[in-house]
Amino acid sequence: MIDPVLASRLQFALTTIVHIIFPVMSMGLAPFLIYFTWKEIRTKQPVYEQLRRFWTRIFAVSFVVGTVTGLVLEFEFGTNFAAFSTTAGELFGGPLALEGMMAFMLEATFLGIFVFGRDRVSDRLYFLSSIAVGLGTWLSAVWILIANSWMQTPRGFEIVVENGQRIVKLTDPLAAYLNPRFPYMFIHMQNAAVESVALFMAGVAAYYVFRHHVWGYPIEHIDVWEKTLKIALVVLLITAPLQVIQGDEYARHVSETQPQKFAAMEAVWETDSYVPEYIVAFPTDVNDLLNPRTKDLFGIGIPGGASWLASGGNPQATIRGLDSFSTKAPPVAIVFWAFRIMVALGFWFILLAVWGAYRWWRGELFEDDLLHKALMASSLLGFLAVEVGWIVTEVGRQPWVIQGVMKTSAGVSPSLTGAEATFTLLGFVTGYILLLGLYTYVIGRIIRAGPPSRDELTQSNAAHVPESEVMSSD
Amino acid sequence: MTNVGTLATKPLFGLPLAELWFALLFFIFGMFLFLDGFDFGVGVLFATRTDDHEKEQLLAAVGPFWDGNEVWLVVFGGALFAAFPSAYANLFSRYYLLMFAILAALGLRGLAPEMYEEREDDHWKTLWGYAFVIGSTGTPFLLGLFVMNWLVGATGLITPVGVLGGVTVLVLTIVDGAAFLGLKTRGRLRDEMRKYGVRAAVGYLGGAVITLGAIYVTEPGLRSSFRSPLIVALVMLTATLTGIYVVALRRRRYYAAFAATAALVFGLVGLVATLLFPFVDRTAGLTIREAIISTLPLNLMSIMASVLLPIVLVYFVVLYSAFSGPIDMEETYQ
Repeated sequence: MIDPVLASRLQFALTTIVHIIFPVMSMGLAPFLIYFTWKEIRTKQPVYEQLRRFWTRIFAVSFVVGTVTGLVLEFEFGTNFAAFSTTAGELFGGPLALEGMMAFMLEATFLGIFVFGRDRVSDRLYFLSSIAVGLGTWLSAVWILIANSWMQTPRGFEIVVENGQRIVKLTDPLAAYLNPRFPYMFIHMQNAAVESVALFMAGVAAYYVFRHHVWGYPIEHIDVWEKTLKIALVVLLITAPLQVIQGDEYARHVSETQPQKFAAMEAVWETDSYVPEYIVAFPTDVNDLLNPRTKDLFGIGIPGGASWLASGGNPQATIRGLDSFSTKAPPVAIVFWAFRIMVALGFWFILLAVWGAYRWWRGELFEDDLLHKALMASSLLGFLAVEVGWIVTEVGRQPWVIQGVMKTSAGVSPSLTGAEATFTLLGFVTGYILLLGLYTYVIGRIIRAGPPSRDELTQSNAAHVPESEVMSSD
Repeated sequence: MTNVGTLATKPLFGLPLAELWFALLFFIFGMFLFLDGFDFGVGVLFATRTDDHEKEQLLAAVGPFWDGNEVWLVVFGGALFAAFPSAYANLFSRYYLLMFAILAALGLRGLAPEMYEEREDDHWKTLWGYAFVIGSTGTPFLLGLFVMNWLVGATGLITPVGVLGGVTVLVLTIVDGAAFLGLKTRGRLRDEMRKYGVRAAVGYLGGAVITLGAIYVTEPGLRSSFRSPLIVALVMLTATLTGIYVVALRRRRYYAAFAATAALVFGLVGLVATLLFPFVDRTAGLTIREAIISTLPLNLMSIMASVLLPIVLVYFVVLYSAFSGPIDMEETYQ
């Protein structure tokens, strides 16, 4: 039997790692769907209806799997982290309840209209439904990130002891809910979602464009894919640089508010100034593989880079080392490597966007087979970047579940037995592998099937649009 | 800030907020049980269909609605967490395996209709048809089991009273689903659903009486509550509503039957809430006054909920009116 604390932590890690894929898909797709719906109604061009219908199917499947996995997360606070829920519930439960009432309700009810109601409701209500769905996905993120950011930079509360239990009492709602971390986290997350979906769209479109233009396959409605590729590239060109610039500010904020996490991100064990930023780094002793220490490192570093990052421009700045904290460090290797993968991916996405833009500007967007291969290979990397980003955030704050207030080990349900926790953990591993396999399979089928053909489209007036006008829209 | 000062010390308008949140919690649970209840009922009745077209119609009937309906469970979990965090923590960790069983069943029910439409071959459809039926049967049964355990303060997972309650709730969802399908289908299919509805209604009344009897016999601590006039009234109301439901279905008054189902669900939820009161978690000995959060967040949550819940009800009116009336014969799930 695995220890209930360890099993609960692994189970929670697994559920969040799997769950995050689906809200990222929904949040990222939402602005695209609103745009497609608007263009479909305004221009009556069939290409937009095809785009809207194709990406709505992917949205709908992602939403269902997201609901199933998200409900599990909400329950797990009670089942596995009852002590945390009792202690922090007064402050932490509110945002979860409001997410349900304010955001999830909006999204789920109007999704019914958005998926099934194109022929049943007016254009105006249909367009409003697309906005309601999009707003719902984004508001969900607001409340969830309010709850999460409070755990990172807790404010606006006091600790009292009731019946022998430490309870967090809310004293200043504005300070608590608009805590310092929230804006950084929200911008970084939302932009990441849109960027990830743009990459995914670009990858899917590149597959068809590549087969048609490079390999010469006849592809039905190739204009849909050409348009998708262009829209995705425009969005990528905006979101990719923004993500890195904002991420840099976020990292500085972390070094100020969670110095232990920052030290783990940089694997700085002893307080030092003029700390280099290691691009890659390996311990010289194999025993330290899971415990990297800078002094033993063999690596390539930018002199003073980490100090510069932490202070916002001063390469001489001092960084507090992990040894100087009273609590045990988080698993440094995981945080260190996850951070590096995220940053490297962030720069790669900028390169991809610029590369694509350059080819487009030269009029060769549909001819560069290497670019298409790179886009196809990168189609899921946005999701990978989100995953490793969350690993930095969540593993990096260990051993704290609420930074400086409550340790994760103290948050686990006291009544939970090792047998129960091990049993459900095994169930989750099996169930989630099946679920991910099923999701990948279904999304793969939807992509291979492509958008509905023009004959299947519901709007009869679509037939009246002259072919030349369709082409010129590209 | 001065207004935060008053909010922190006095309950809003001097209202008994702990009691109101207890009532609100059960209202939210009732909304879930009524709305998602007909989805479950349709899922159970799906097992009686062999014709592919009829199966498609059943799926099409719940297609636009079930997402929104299920969110009431999410809101219930959130509201319990927000208002009575210690009760949420105690209940969910005590019935640990039961909670995950509910999630598994609910997950199966959620995935099934979406997956069913993804491929056309018989093997795939049969598989997801089973998943839909199992998920739709398992979820209300396990939820009934959970609520009964919660009510009587059971320490184990499977109790005789809990199993009786589970079956009763399951049968209630069939009553609900049959009335809903009365509104959404036509012809022979509707006639058959009507028959199932009438049988289920009789079964529900029997199940409710047996379950209440079992609670009376096995839970001496709850016996005194049974003499409260409210309980007696709710039991009489249930019997009357069952009668109204049966008569309405026989006379093909489907809206009346559906409304009677709503009242039946809220009657059951009211019964449970009345029997549980003033506890929110009997096993842990937590009364609502002990478990409620402190005044400031309670006032804030109350303001938010009183603004948001009416808006949410508007969404449901918009959704249900957009898809009112029987489904087109050609209309399928997607």
